[in-house]
Amino acid sequence: MKYDVDEQGFYGDFGGAFIPEMLHPNIQELKSSYRKILNDDAFKKELSSLLKDYVGRPTPLYFAKRLSEHYGANIYLKREDLCHTGAHKINNTLGQVLLAQRLNKSRIIAETGAGQHGVATATACALKGLECIVYMGAKDIERQAPNVSRMKMLGAEVRPVHSGSKTLKDATNEAIRDWINNQDDTHYIIGSVVGPDPYPDLVTQLQAIISEEIKNQMDGLPTHVVACVGGGSNAIGAFYHFLEDETVDLIGVEAGGLGVKTDKSAATLALGSRGVLHASMSYLMQTSDGQVIEPHSISAGLDYPGIGPLHAHLHDCKRVLYSNVTDQEALDAANRLMQLEGIIPALESSHALAYLEKMTFNSTDKIVINLSGRGDKDMSTYINAAT
Amino acid sequence: MSTLKKVLETKKEGLLNIYCTAGYPQLNDLPTIVNALHDAGVDMVEIGIPYSDPIADGETIQQSNAVALKNGITIDLIFEQLKQCNKNIPKIVMTYFNPVFKYGLEHFCEQCQKVGVDGIIIPDLPLELYQSSYEKMFQKYGLSPIFLITPQTSRERLKFIDELSSTFIYAVSSSSTTGKSTGINEGSTYLSGLKNLGLQHPVLVGFNISTSEDLALVNEHAQGGIIGSAFIKHLRENTSPQEACHTFVKKITSC
Ligand SMILES: Cc1ncc(COP(=O)(O)O)c(C=O)c1O
Repeated sequence: MKYDVDEQGFYGDFGGAFIPEMLHPNIQELKSSYRKILNDDAFKKELSSLLKDYVGRPTPLYFAKRLSEHYGANIYLKREDLCHTGAHKINNTLGQVLLAQRLNKSRIIAETGAGQHGVATATACALKGLECIVYMGAKDIERQAPNVSRMKMLGAEVRPVHSGSKTLKDATNEAIRDWINNQDDTHYIIGSVVGPDPYPDLVTQLQAIISEEIKNQMDGLPTHVVACVGGGSNAIGAFYHFLEDETVDLIGVEAGGLGVKTDKSAATLALGSRGVLHASMSYLMQTSDGQVIEPHSISAGLDYPGIGPLHAHLHDCKRVLYSNVTDQEALDAANRLMQLEGIIPALESSHALAYLEKMTFNSTDKIVINLSGRGDKDMSTYINAAT
Repeated sequence: MSTLKKVLETKKEGLLNIYCTAGYPQLNDLPTIVNALHDAGVDMVEIGIPYSDPIADGETIQQSNAVALKNGITIDLIFEQLKQCNKNIPKIVMTYFNPVFKYGLEHFCEQCQKVGVDGIIIPDLPLELYQSSYEKMFQKYGLSPIFLITPQTSRERLKFIDELSSTFIYAVSSSSTTGKSTGINEGSTYLSGLKNLGLQHPVLVGFNISTSEDLALVNEHAQGGIIGSAFIKHLRENTSPQEACHTFVKKITSC
């Protein structure tokens, strides 16, 4: 595929493995085995049976009639919110837990922002009887409390992270440090298409099922596919099988926070420059001295100062258009969906929905919005915003 | 010849390298600390350029980085401060790839040469990328790259690292982040094997050396030791950085 990772682990200028020597054996082990394992028949069979009976795939592609009438175009929602655990994250964690078993790793670590990846990891570990430790920023622990309880009930240990901005970036640092200190028995399940090679590709391959299904579920090609972008895993999952269909407009929506003209934003491609964060070359929000800037988004899952290297590449070669919406625009879009369709979306996914406000339509347009998750975890934010 | 190469040529054992974080504990302490370490008999200093996301570092050095950034340290200010440091003590800068990349690698190397920096440690710079993109540049500015090896580094990579090196090799006592308090004994079978790795370059051992016993053990098996977290902790516990340098060196070399 034209946009696949090269032998050195790069997408154009982006990607690579900027890791300290201590991680070299782990990354090497993963790099040399993941493709083989992912393509192994027994692995594929086990994963697809779990995705069907445990996760509930294929998730529906739902024609949103009232939302369509509202905008005067044909709008479809890819219902990742109906996955077991409530978001697309489980597609990745089940695959990686099966991979970890084949690498004889008994201990799983993960980072989480919104808690969705943490819950999905804890779930997959419970299913397979593996020890699970989830790093989560202290600020996120506060704003995503229901998911913290869920992880604990599922048997995971949640370790609060107090460094830096106390959010996803810092939780990721801490997970990487844990991996450096516990190499032999531990597999790190990264939650998005970020991190050192081969993670961006590994997670892309596991999320690509979203666009594979959309393709099967649709009559012909959509005109647009829209998804929110934190690290970029649900977006790349929704885009992947359309990348070479150049007539399909692909749109990634980042978190604008209070707006890209303020200093409270997480819109990496609008505000960032090239650099290395979490061991891969991409765009990131940083000072002129290369210090990473603490981002802001109302949505914990998008509150990240970087973006996956494949997105950086797709941005540079203009295959995908990256835009952003503010906290308020996302909240408004969430309310619209609740009232027009009876669906409470995750705050992250609401960013994709908010982009509809910025589009102009032909009545024949077929727009797929990737509804990456459901809003249970965001109830307190929605309630506070309403009062 | 760089001051670092000169020291390595004249002293073949018991080398002591101490790490400090620029901008810590106070913004302008670097010259005082470097000069006091020199006076106290330290053979070389490793100067940490703070970074917001130091993934290879444990809590102590993370915290010193965060404090230094809060104090307002910048790369340009560090270069200014380095001009005020004694010329005779070899200086190695340690940082992560992103600050150097953002500053501009060539500009960074040029500044290093101007202020007498001899070596550079960038733990997250991949060897292959160094070789293909930066080796010639580093050489042009007389900057020696110093690479890490761990107990898990393969023979093949050891050879590659040895070939890319021009001063010494930094052996990590055990595969971990910096400043684990477990002490160094755990890795002693690794330490005793260092001499048999067939490396051309001298080896200094770092990570997790916190007592004079640790250092003595390291000196038995390698050309010297590198101390970071233990020194940062000592700085934290003392009000005068200058005095802290002297008391620390005395304590750590006491057996
Ligand atoms: C529902 C939902 N959507 C999107 C994201 C953002 O991640 P990514 O960009 O990797 O899809 C998250 C992250 O927590 C999430 O929970």
